[in-house]
Amino acid sequence: MISFLRRQGYLLEYSLASLARRPGKHLGLVLVYATLVFLLASTLLFTQSLRQESALVLAESPELIVQRLLAGRHDLIPASYLEQLGTIRGVGERYGRLWGYFYDPAVRANYTLMVPRAAPPAAGEVQLGAGVARARGLSPGDYLSLRSARGEPFSFRIAALLPADTELVSSDLMLLNAQDFRRFFDFPADRFTDIVLRVRNPVEVRKVAEKISLALPDTRPILREEILRTYDAVFGWRQGLVFVLLTGAMLAFVIFAWDRASGLSGEERREIGILKAIGWETGDVLRMKFWEGAALSLTAFLLGYLLAYVHVFHFAAVLFAPVLKGWAVLYPDFRPVPFVDGLQVATLFFFSVFPYTVATIIPIWRAAITDPDQVMR
Amino acid sequence: MIRLDAVSKVYNQGRHNEVWAVRDLRLELETRGITVLKGPSGSGKTSLLAMLGCLSRPSSGRIHLEGRLLSNLPERFMTQVRRSTFGFIFQRFNLIRGLTVLENVMLPAYPLAPDPGRLRDQALGLLRQFRLEERAHNKSEWLSGGEAQRTAICRALINDPAIIIADEPTANLDSQLSRELLTLIGELADQGKGILISSHDPLVFDHARVSRVVELRDGRLA
Repeated sequence: MISFLRRQGYLLEYSLASLARRPGKHLGLVLVYATLVFLLASTLLFTQSLRQESALVLAESPELIVQRLLAGRHDLIPASYLEQLGTIRGVGERYGRLWGYFYDPAVRANYTLMVPRAAPPAAGEVQLGAGVARARGLSPGDYLSLRSARGEPFSFRIAALLPADTELVSSDLMLLNAQDFRRFFDFPADRFTDIVLRVRNPVEVRKVAEKISLALPDTRPILREEILRTYDAVFGWRQGLVFVLLTGAMLAFVIFAWDRASGLSGEERREIGILKAIGWETGDVLRMKFWEGAALSLTAFLLGYLLAYVHVFHFAAVLFAPVLKGWAVLYPDFRPVPFVDGLQVATLFFFSVFPYTVATIIPIWRAAITDPDQVMR
Repeated sequence: MIRLDAVSKVYNQGRHNEVWAVRDLRLELETRGITVLKGPSGSGKTSLLAMLGCLSRPSSGRIHLEGRLLSNLPERFMTQVRRSTFGFIFQRFNLIRGLTVLENVMLPAYPLAPDPGRLRDQALGLLRQFRLEERAHNKSEWLSGGEAQRTAICRALINDPAIIIADEPTANLDSQLSRELLTLIGELADQGKGILISSHDPLVFDHARVSRVVELRDGRLA
């Protein structure tokens, strides 16, 4: 065992010396390699962080939401449904929610208007998400003028801005009280946008949803886990999209690595011949080249991953944010919370190191099996 | 004793550029003393030396070393025999550029994984013996022709082989350095090493220490 380790140590020592002897060639390769790892790792780290963040924020959302459907489309739900829902066993607290969308032509962006259940703003006041405030250049105390559904101008005083740590989901939010909401949208007094239910026993959520579907056939119950799954799928899809775009880059890298390895210089071929002539086996040459590749790919991987970490968690992924966050206009100023998943690191390591190894091993093997007597001629 | 039975070596067999380097050679060589393979360029000296040193296989025929058949060994065992039995001094020295003299000397021992301290001491001992101690940490490409040749000898000796194979060792040396080299080779023979040299240099094959000269022409014994 000691002999094996010592042998690997000698081969590694030789490999490192070999890398240092051709700094130009290897530095170029490390830079291209590290850039690829940087792009892949940035995407992975950022989408993972988005998923994590949205899951944390949505953990507080209601277990069950009931919406009314009309011709398969979401319709306003009558307030009377609240009583009917109260008769279903297992349903605890229930309340109607008021929310809707407003297109602001001034900044060409959609806002989400919502009435908070707890501590709604006073009449004529709103609390704004950071994205809306940024888009409109507003701060607390300023006034925001919008045209209501009837075409009348409506002026809201900005009471406060929403906390920055919820910006991923509150960037486009505007909170106001129920009276202002109904007047602004000309919203019927006996309707809500949807109804939120709390279920006493969390394991009964699906059962309660089934009962609602039977009791109120024109409604659809939406479970929190379904929302989480949808978010997951959306971010997964975005990540996939970026990966598809990066496939070209990966392929280009494999071709580059192949070209580098198959284009072993005369000097390198001669060197392999000398090593074999003085008593190295083909296996020793391959192992030495393996260590060379491992040192190179590990350096590039660590460099690329470290840069990606800094890019995502210190510079908020400035390069990819527009694609991965995907807000229409009001991009949230989202600061991802550092989070590294071991499996993800292992996956990335495999997908970046494996193609390089495969691309280089065949041309190196070809050079390594040449007869050592070549050096005699 | 090295015995060759009807050994031939052909390159590019069956192609338009087919070359018979060695033809049907039957020969016995002592593994002690200094043996010189003499002959003009293209006579098959280097090809024969490569086969004797397990660097290549004969196209046909058999080679025995101390009664053991070498020519049909798998590559791995051929390498083991080459590493433990032969040390090589090449015509163009074949030191690895960018490595120090000390590193070049230690290189053949790496696959054997000896104790690093002991290997270093042994290499430094050889460099001292061949007056290269001060050059130990210089890059090999900075050496003069004579120094590079002596470094190559140190490298050939690092695994303490029984036989030293030298291919045209004086081809890149002036007469003075050639004589020095032959003195060193003589000392190695005195230490019990067998020496096989290919050369067409009269300084070599006419040297007093040479115990046998085998002359080749067109791949056959002349």
